[in-house]
Amino acid sequence: MKNIKFIVFGILFGIILVKSEAVAWFRIQEMFRFQSFHMYGIIGSAVLVGAISILIIKKFKINTLSGEPVKFSDKPFNKVSNVTGGVLFGLGWALVGSCPGPLYALFGAGHTIIIIPIISAIIGVLVYGLLKDKLPH
Amino acid sequence: MNFITEPWPWYVSGPLIGLFVPLLLIIGNKQLGISSSLKHICAACLPVQKIPFFNYDWKKNTWNLFLVFGITLGAFITNYIVDLNYEILISDATKADLSEMGITNFIGFIPAEIYSWNTTLPNLILMVLGGFLIGFGTRYANGCTSGHAIMGLSLLNLGSLIAVIGFFIGGLVMTHLLFPLIF
Repeated sequence: MKNIKFIVFGILFGIILVKSEAVAWFRIQEMFRFQSFHMYGIIGSAVLVGAISILIIKKFKINTLSGEPVKFSDKPFNKVSNVTGGVLFGLGWALVGSCPGPLYALFGAGHTIIIIPIISAIIGVLVYGLLKDKLPH
Repeated sequence: MNFITEPWPWYVSGPLIGLFVPLLLIIGNKQLGISSSLKHICAACLPVQKIPFFNYDWKKNTWNLFLVFGITLGAFITNYIVDLNYEILISDATKADLSEMGITNFIGFIPAEIYSWNTTLPNLILMVLGGFLIGFGTRYANGCTSGHAIMGLSLLNLGSLIAVIGFFIGGLVMTHLLFPLIF
């Protein structure tokens, strides 16, 4: 089962998300009100570690454990959809106080009411899929 | 400090989150991203194969579904070992602002005044609307906080930077302009 390792990664990620309080609605409010460094510190240091790691992987041409070259696929650049979709997601992020990863973590941590925004997020994806061709990109 | 019972400071948790970028690349040749799981759930569970957006082989992305299942499980295990219903020590300024909105219970990760099964209909509508915006917005922007902010910015991807600026514009508008109207 090659997917077992992703469950293990997920478990570790879930533990970090709750122990860092990045899943807390209260912490997201604190962030958008610029009243604490906590969330900026988390996101900033995560990006720093991620960027340095990628630099090292590229510079030393590090392969995956199974010997393949590491694939980097840049997400397509699209100003209109990046901005419009980004702002819409941002509105939801502040309103629900969590982004997709924390939604799963909150549900797991026993906040069963979070199934409501999870289901409506899935509906949001469905509606996007239906409207995609009609939306400006 | 006690790493089991106490919350972790940003300088411990942030770098640990960042390590998932090389971890997923080197062990699985995958790029960190969580919101696409919502799309795979749609493709796997709903009769949507006739819609071009969902007409792809979701089975090639099961790793992502295992990842989010793991996230749910990790939070469940943590809550089982240490009770996560403690008071979140947010700044006094935030506490004061939220108190004005009628939120005075800071126990647990989410405000019990809004997020409980015996909440009011308007709060339920807000939850549905917020979730909808998360799903719709992340697919429109092609990523969320993990895929754009952490993975995309680590790759110095310009589109991700633009998306992250969008996330913050949306979050600031909601917090500073719409919250006063809603709450």
